[in-house]
Amino acid sequence: MNRKGIRLMWIGVIGAVLSTAVGLSLFAFQSGISFAMSPSELREASPDPDQRVRLFGLVQQGSVQRGEGLNVSFTLGDGAVTVPVTFNDILPDLFREEQGIITEGSLRPDGTFVADTVLAKHDENYMPAGMAEKLKKDGHWKGEASAGQSGAYGAKPREQSNDG
Amino acid sequence: MTVELGHMALILAFALAIAQSILPVLGAARGDSRLMATGDVSSVGICLFIGISFAALVWAYATSDFSVVNVWQNSHSLKPMLFKITGTWGNHEGSMLLWVLILAVFAAAVSVFGKSLPEKLRANVQGVQGWMLATFLLFILLTSNPFLRQVAPMEGQDLNPILQDIGLAIHPPMLYLGYVGFSITFAFAIAALMEGRLDAAWARWVRPWALAAWLFLTAGISMGSYWAYYELGWGGWWFWDPVENASLLPWLSGTALLHSALVMEKRDALKIWTVLLAILTFSLSLLGTFLVRSGVLTSVHTFATDPSRGLFILAILALFVGGALFLFVLRANSLQAGGLFAPVSREGALVLNNILLSTAAATVLVGTLYPVLYEAVTSALSPTGEGAKISVGPPFFNLTFGPLMIPLLLAMPLGPLLAWKRGDLLGVAQRLMFVLGAAILAIILAYGFIEGGPILAPLGIGLAVWLILGSLAELWARANFAKTGLSVGLRRLAGLPKTAWSTAGAHLGVGVMLLGIVMVTAYETETVATLKPGESVKINSYEVRFDGLVPANGSNFTGQGANLAILRNGVEVDRALPSKRFYPARQMPTTEAAINAFGPSHLYISVGDVLQDGSVALRIWWKPWVTLIWFGTIIMVLAGFYSLSDRRLRIGLPQQARKPTKADAHAV
Repeated sequence: MNRKGIRLMWIGVIGAVLSTAVGLSLFAFQSGISFAMSPSELREASPDPDQRVRLFGLVQQGSVQRGEGLNVSFTLGDGAVTVPVTFNDILPDLFREEQGIITEGSLRPDGTFVADTVLAKHDENYMPAGMAEKLKKDGHWKGEASAGQSGAYGAKPREQSNDG
Repeated sequence: MTVELGHMALILAFALAIAQSILPVLGAARGDSRLMATGDVSSVGICLFIGISFAALVWAYATSDFSVVNVWQNSHSLKPMLFKITGTWGNHEGSMLLWVLILAVFAAAVSVFGKSLPEKLRANVQGVQGWMLATFLLFILLTSNPFLRQVAPMEGQDLNPILQDIGLAIHPPMLYLGYVGFSITFAFAIAALMEGRLDAAWARWVRPWALAAWLFLTAGISMGSYWAYYELGWGGWWFWDPVENASLLPWLSGTALLHSALVMEKRDALKIWTVLLAILTFSLSLLGTFLVRSGVLTSVHTFATDPSRGLFILAILALFVGGALFLFVLRANSLQAGGLFAPVSREGALVLNNILLSTAAATVLVGTLYPVLYEAVTSALSPTGEGAKISVGPPFFNLTFGPLMIPLLLAMPLGPLLAWKRGDLLGVAQRLMFVLGAAILAIILAYGFIEGGPILAPLGIGLAVWLILGSLAELWARANFAKTGLSVGLRRLAGLPKTAWSTAGAHLGVGVMLLGIVMVTAYETETVATLKPGESVKINSYEVRFDGLVPANGSNFTGQGANLAILRNGVEVDRALPSKRFYPARQMPTTEAAINAFGPSHLYISVGDVLQDGSVALRIWWKPWVTLIWFGTIIMVLAGFYSLSDRRLRIGLPQQARKPTKADAHAV
């Protein structure tokens, strides 16, 4: 093969690999993506039961109830709307009332959110992305004092170099 | 006093870095040897000053000097000494100082070990390193100064308990050695573009640095994965979290760089591509270190950030990445195209490796950045200006990254067996007949003997066997045992070049890792149980019995452990004590999983809540062959070290450098 033929062949190989990658990505975007919503947005959108959703919010005070075995239920709120959530597994270390968390799962037709994953940040002062904005906007922001104090020395809720 | 000394040393290092940014480059432009030589002095000086600065911070941590804000925020007088010291880099400011220290060490290393490099190239490399040092020192001094003082409080706020672990002592420095190591190849690429000269010798100088960076990055990622596995109590070893992706990206392009530099060194081809990869790899390293810190990307592992830093970081990224790519576009055309080769050849195989690795890296990058882009686009389109927040989960990466890796892994044993320039695919296929047979046998056995699991899993096992045995095929062929007999064959093996061994070793490591991944992904079992004292639960062929709660306290935490017996056929074979800890200083609980090894497999036990009736919730996983994942990476790292010890790869070797130096002198 001459130089031109070889070049054409490589262009063909690159094109094939790239189009495979694009095809796979487009296909994977259908199942690999979940929308992140606050309780208000969840109520508004009311996604289908088969659609995976990330729901973030504050665990409401006094809402955590343990049931049979590992069953646990609690309500997540964003100051305006609350959503009941059920979960059947071991809760993460930093799960507690008044704490901002992220859950993953789906919304049942009866309005209960069934979570299969609960994520609480490594950091005790963590707020889910968008949560702080939302609370501020709705006038429910209470963390100003602590945030201000920690901000003075470059943010106490600290960014880590290590992210296991 | 030491703290002020550390601060001052940092400022002095910054002043020297400014000098290094200008003088050597000016010298190279004017052909002034004395100006160029200043880089040797300043780089060692910078390294020394940053070293002093870092030592001062470590001292402040070791002595629990809470008048330093950074120490107060991240340390506690009761913390064990080891964690006091490692806590130095367990926070943003300290880790930045470590990052710059490593940058300075590498810059000094180029000055000390690179004596044989052409004068101009060395001066330009030092200049580029000066730019980086000056920028990041400025970043630390302006936005992340670890030496700020305050009126000393009585007690510190303690380090995040999750970070109080031996993993933290090793994982970040390793990862940083990897990330920052690619700064050298970046500096070499920029220097070559500035000079407009790029030849096979350049690849020979760059390759050992790329290899060093690569093996540290490999070790760092592997350590991080193992640390997450045992510390977070979720039993997962890879989460496709943005932070992890950020470390995988430079690894993928760095791996591609190692392979393309090989082609450039041996065959003087792929030059432009190699330079681009050198630039991209370090750009991805910067992205890895900083994108997550800038607050643009959020992940489960991200901690809240300071917006002023974010802006500074994005400016740095834009400056270095944008500047480097701009220079590349300006100069790339002036570089000569290299030698010709047939598609089926060693070069061809390495090009295929590069295409697949780069494409895989691109899909990971897209998946990682997609949420940011999506939010930006939807917020621009929406009338309220609020963007939709999405997250890209593991299924996306498994569906894209996985299939792209399969052809790469299939082709991996073929590459080293192909000849340069023009290879004989049929001949290679014949030499791999036995390996293929063994892989097929493994698939059949897996279908026959392993119950359950996904239908495709045995194929994965076959692929791993193909890789492991295929990696050894080259050594086997070269030893030629069948014809020469055992003793001659062994002597031949011993006489093989180190690169042959390290190639085989690195590829073998990938195979071993793959075997672990396939086994644990396909055949892992888990069970969740609530046990009262005396009750037990079965998992795999083991039985776990709960013998009651016991206290498990430490110097700065209180804890409660579940006393467990592990039985097999009714006989106790091991004991386990998974626990929950509570760190009062941070009001933070952690889970300490119990990991019991049985051969290469793990029984992994996490303890959940203690219920009112005295029963305890346990989550137990059986993780078959899981340790092979990290064992494989250890083999890869060892192979890298072994290759680095090859004297042909050594950077300071006079013979190799003499020729280009003379040519350079003539050219001037």
